[in-house]
Amino acid sequence: MLLFAALMLTACVSRPPLYEWGSYEDQIYALYSDPGKVPIENQIQDLERDYQEAKAHDRPVPPGYHAHLGYLYFQIGKVDQAFQSFNTEKALFPESAVYMDRLIARIKQK
Amino acid sequence: MREPMFSILQRSSLIAVMLALAGCVMPQHDIDYTAYRQSKPRSILVLPPLNTSPDIRASYSLLSTVTRPLAEAGYYVFPVALVDQTFKENGLLNPGEMHQAPLNKIMEVFGADATLYITVTKYGASYTILSSEVRVSAEAKLVDNRNGQLLWQGAATASDAEGQSNSGGLVGALISAVIRQVVSNIGDPGHKVAARTSVRLLSVRQNGLLYGPRSPNYEVN
Repeated sequence: MLLFAALMLTACVSRPPLYEWGSYEDQIYALYSDPGKVPIENQIQDLERDYQEAKAHDRPVPPGYHAHLGYLYFQIGKVDQAFQSFNTEKALFPESAVYMDRLIARIKQK
Repeated sequence: MREPMFSILQRSSLIAVMLALAGCVMPQHDIDYTAYRQSKPRSILVLPPLNTSPDIRASYSLLSTVTRPLAEAGYYVFPVALVDQTFKENGLLNPGEMHQAPLNKIMEVFGADATLYITVTKYGASYTILSSEVRVSAEAKLVDNRNGQLLWQGAATASDAEGQSNSGGLVGALISAVIRQVVSNIGDPGHKVAARTSVRLLSVRQNGLLYGPRSPNYEVN
């Protein structure tokens, strides 16, 4: 019973969210609901600002965050930053390696 | 000799009561999780949802709310907009076509362990004589990319007519966090409700998803 209670306790202590979400999901929504309304440069600026803020508090940004950022950089021709963002995603989340490698290979073809 | 025994019992029942009060009980399941537990997916690729509601915004509105609950449950979630773009560049132009993509191709291109297929069945306002209500309903299936096995399926509905206090614990907290964050969009009241539907559909709860490897609760459930 004690062991059970201890297990429940470790599972149940209320924790902060795993990630700092910033504007990531709102931006995705805006991409589809108002395509072209927010210039890509502004989207990048917002994501970079979120990232700096999370970093300042030593908090992680969610999966997909850096990959999405890389995609935005790629769209405006900033391939070095795109390359870097995809690599960051891969380093933080090795689960993304196959996909990120594919995107990186595509950048290199250009 | 009896006394210490009694106090242990007292103490543990006190803890149990406190946990129950905190709304903090591990989810109980009555569906079969054998395949899911064996598969141990680490990463989930979410396809843009199919939409059987009349509102064409439903699919992408819901898509933009699924990453949070899945990632907070402990999974790697592929960047949904970039994935959508990759499919389109490969000639699969809409959710219907993407849902037909062969699993071995999805594994090869993305390296994803599992694919999540979502269908939005209701999205937006319905009017009755006395009131109007914004409702979003969706169902989902999680499939193992290696063998096509169904790992989990579920359905959820949320409505702007319901109170905010009706779901306690971690899921409740996640829902209120989502509601605070989602941009309020007058043109699309369904979006706010969609965020709730996603949390309800894709969180760890009774008959819901299991915790993923990135959660500190992984394999407790």
